[in-house]
Amino acid sequence: MSLLGDPELTEDGEFVINIGPQHPSTHGVMHLKVWLDGETIKKVQPHLGYIHRSIEKMSERLSYRNFIFATSRMDYLSAHINNQACALTVEKGLQIEAPDRAKVIRILMAELTRLSSHQLWWGCTGLDLGAVSPFFFAFRERDAIIEIMEETCGARLTQNYCVPGGVMYDLHPNFQNRTKNVLKQLKDKFHEYDELLTGNVIFEGRTKGVGYLSAEDAISYGVSGPTARGSGVSCDVRKWAPYDGYEKVQFEEILGTGGDCYSRYMVRMAEMKQSISIVEQLIDNIPEGDFQAKTKQVIKLPKGEFYQRVETARGELGVYIVSDGAASPYRIKYRSPNFSNLSALEHMAIGAKIGDLVAIMATIDLVIPDVDR
Amino acid sequence: MTQEELKLSVSALFPAVTYDETGEFLTAMIAPADFRKAMKTLRNNPDLSFDYLFCLTCIDWKTHFMMVYHMLSKVHRHTLVVKVKLDNVTAPVTDTVSDIWKTAIMLEREVYDLFGVKFNHHPDLRRLLLDENWEGYPLRKNYVDENMIEI
Repeated sequence: MSLLGDPELTEDGEFVINIGPQHPSTHGVMHLKVWLDGETIKKVQPHLGYIHRSIEKMSERLSYRNFIFATSRMDYLSAHINNQACALTVEKGLQIEAPDRAKVIRILMAELTRLSSHQLWWGCTGLDLGAVSPFFFAFRERDAIIEIMEETCGARLTQNYCVPGGVMYDLHPNFQNRTKNVLKQLKDKFHEYDELLTGNVIFEGRTKGVGYLSAEDAISYGVSGPTARGSGVSCDVRKWAPYDGYEKVQFEEILGTGGDCYSRYMVRMAEMKQSISIVEQLIDNIPEGDFQAKTKQVIKLPKGEFYQRVETARGELGVYIVSDGAASPYRIKYRSPNFSNLSALEHMAIGAKIGDLVAIMATIDLVIPDVDR
Repeated sequence: MTQEELKLSVSALFPAVTYDETGEFLTAMIAPADFRKAMKTLRNNPDLSFDYLFCLTCIDWKTHFMMVYHMLSKVHRHTLVVKVKLDNVTAPVTDTVSDIWKTAIMLEREVYDLFGVKFNHHPDLRRLLLDENWEGYPLRKNYVDENMIEI
């Protein structure tokens, strides 16, 4: 059997086709081998590794300051939250805490990241399902958020803003004003999102009842984030294991009931509003003080194991550091949300039509570099 | 359940288990012989019900391999880390847990790919990230990459 090439026919009369590695609906370089009976999916096999950069092995040679920057390249849409997870793990090992100002800045940035990530997802979901306009609408607001990031962090996508002990530099003087303007713009325009896609008959037809995932299966497959919450699994790390002061802000954990693509879609739409509310609560209450705690030039963690979980835009990211007392980690493992979410793809797709596979992929919201690492 | 209660309930079921309480989570060391049975009990016992395996990985300690399983109960909200020591450093073998937690199907394939740990009775044990004909297991400490230049 050739890996790539013409469609093949198996002995059972099933058609084998390859989607990807270069396919717009895979949102990155992933290759799906799909067995079809007519148009019905019988089996899906993801082939990974096209963008494997061995970040875990690389981190074993990097210092505790440097390895954080490699993680921006995992889930590049939640780059800040990845950095935050690593910084928190190192802080846990050093038994220090970031100053209050740094914590609030981190949450603000994390929620802006979540907003921009969900907006990109919303635009791409529309695009995948045949609606071109949402993409432009989503990028209009997303770009405004990214410009805030650029002003403060110096980078648009891979911010590298978190360091052990706090954040790298203080907020830009324009930050508060610009953020408030963006929030206002977002709230004014949010109804357009619903008008464009949410109530659309074609969109509902393509997502309602498609890609069903039950709560038990979601837990068994280790699915997390909005994908699991669409099935009614309460799994928000910000609620269950608060970090960086998430226990002080008010927000709701959005739970869907349907377990289908539409339910996952609605969870993410509602989550955007929660993120706006978190930013609103904090934007006028940024405490004064240091933005970074003092750390030694060369960070050495004590012998032991440190695990930190955070909620990225896609689910639960875990950083597991095993230290032998040296200046770089002995072993580091990233429990990436996309990796586990992808493992449930076959379960969701079996029995669906080939066109539905695109809808399922879109609402799992995969970022392939995070799967491959 | 608190760590202390959790320790008592696991000990009541498996007296041979040893513990490490230095870390954030309670860590249980299970002997390879008891491993499958213990994992099934941890998943199915209603007082423990660890239904969510959120991290599965391996550590190469040069003298042995250590499989690490982080699990959480969505019902009781307690966390446990299970460790199994694999003494064979050239061809480590352990039992699969992929029938207990489906997430382990992919996670075990990753460990097989990067550490070369074989999982008995795994439904589909193939390389995941690397090429089928890749030589060696990159995350092992004795792996040498001939193309790498030390700066």
